[in-house]
Amino acid sequence: METFYEWFLVLYEDTGINLPFLYDDYDRGRILNGLWTTIKLSFTCVLFSVIIGMVGAWLQGSPWKLTRRVVNFYVQLFRNTPPLVQLYFFYFAVGILIPRVENGWGGTSPLIDSFGWAVISLSFFAGAFNVEIFRSGIEAVPKSTIEAAKALGFSRLQIYKDITLPLAIRVVIPSLNNNLVNLVKTTTLAYAIAVPELLYESNQIWSDNVNVTEMMLFLLFAYFILVGILVWAMNSWDRSLKIPGFGQ
Amino acid sequence: MQLNSVKKIALTAILVFSTAAAVYADVIDDIKERGTIRVGVKADYKPYGFRDTDGSIVGIEPELAKDVADMLGVDIEYVPVVSSNRMQFLEQGKVDLMIATMTDKPDRRKVVSIVDPNYYSSGTNILALKSLGLKEWDDLKGKPVCGIQGAFYNKATSQNYGAKIVAFKGTAEAYAALKAGNCAAFVYDDSAIVAKTKDPEWADYEMPLATIDDAPWGLAVQLGEDKFHAMMSGIITAWHKSGRILDLETKWGVTNTPFAKAMNEK
Repeated sequence: METFYEWFLVLYEDTGINLPFLYDDYDRGRILNGLWTTIKLSFTCVLFSVIIGMVGAWLQGSPWKLTRRVVNFYVQLFRNTPPLVQLYFFYFAVGILIPRVENGWGGTSPLIDSFGWAVISLSFFAGAFNVEIFRSGIEAVPKSTIEAAKALGFSRLQIYKDITLPLAIRVVIPSLNNNLVNLVKTTTLAYAIAVPELLYESNQIWSDNVNVTEMMLFLLFAYFILVGILVWAMNSWDRSLKIPGFGQ
Repeated sequence: MQLNSVKKIALTAILVFSTAAAVYADVIDDIKERGTIRVGVKADYKPYGFRDTDGSIVGIEPELAKDVADMLGVDIEYVPVVSSNRMQFLEQGKVDLMIATMTDKPDRRKVVSIVDPNYYSSGTNILALKSLGLKEWDDLKGKPVCGIQGAFYNKATSQNYGAKIVAFKGTAEAYAALKAGNCAAFVYDDSAIVAKTKDPEWADYEMPLATIDDAPWGLAVQLGEDKFHAMMSGIITAWHKSGRILDLETKWGVTNTPFAKAMNEK
């Protein structure tokens, strides 16, 4: 392994192509940490945003006007504002209003740290789109199917959970896929509030080593692979959900 | 074989780069033709370069830049830069000259042409709550410390003293995060921190540690601009000799630094 790393030092000396995150221990730690944070952040946000989308779409079909209004207001608010502005708003504006806790170094800090705010903000941002995406799927389920379920005595929640949603998911996967890909790419914005994700750590490395071009190429490649994995997973999910005679 | 092709690409890149530099050499003519000199300065670094209440950029470095413009008999255009993009702005020719509180480092000299003698100098220190009672750099171990993205001492602070660096794009964000309690301290240039501790809004904060890494600042021109480089070198020497730097420090409320005094006496 050491020889492999040292080869990149030789590469730098011979050609000027500088990849310090391969030959320098400290920078390697930074890039691995960045990669791990990005994966963690993406995974959590994808999970929460899908949950928000499913619950939101269900509430949107609620018989109560107020519930529908609240959901619509949420969707408008988060869909119509830039995610970077939301991040700043949560971290710098809401962050100072929430309860403070004792930190380990003799002072008090806000309860939620930058990673927490990134998860909250990005999940709600993508969640707003997911609500609309799930709604489109729900509306694609034939009325007669739901009427049949009602006639069989299913409750509203049961119909949603066991009939509408499973059918809707099959319809929405392509557009959900789109939105989740966007979400993973949007996690890079978290570097504005100092979440040590991949772009943030790369920025630290190129500031110290002045190797902007190499780091940019690496970033492009890294996100290509990361998003590629997500797309592959979504596509296999899509295939595994295939039912004959429905939308195929 | 693969290494060979990599070498070829690198060589071509170097060739293209050096021809481009040769074609565009002598930025002084360009500046005179344009009638304006574009200077990259900080806009968030009081008192060295910051925004006045009316939005214009003022401070010690903008005034130095103005001297250069006056000397060339052209107008001045301030381009606000931050630590993480200042060298790229100069490299890409978005600015002709960069006076942006940049510490002079050997690896930076490979990318931009830093002019000798150095025009200023400062070290690294922290701004922290008095109640934390920090006394030594080692006290930062394991604590989150705010910083600025692109500052060279981030790595040193975390590598040597075990601090967890939380770096932001600009100083405004870093100060806000420090105030909100997201970090235990803010690691930055001592010259800027001194100015901050005098601010009544920051009365609870102090600069408790011994300044480290006292290092000279360099202003820079594009690589290959030898004529401009020589001209700037002469201007800096004149600034030191005439006491211009000392006067500007006094004007903007900075105690005269030992470096500026020593250069004046030389």
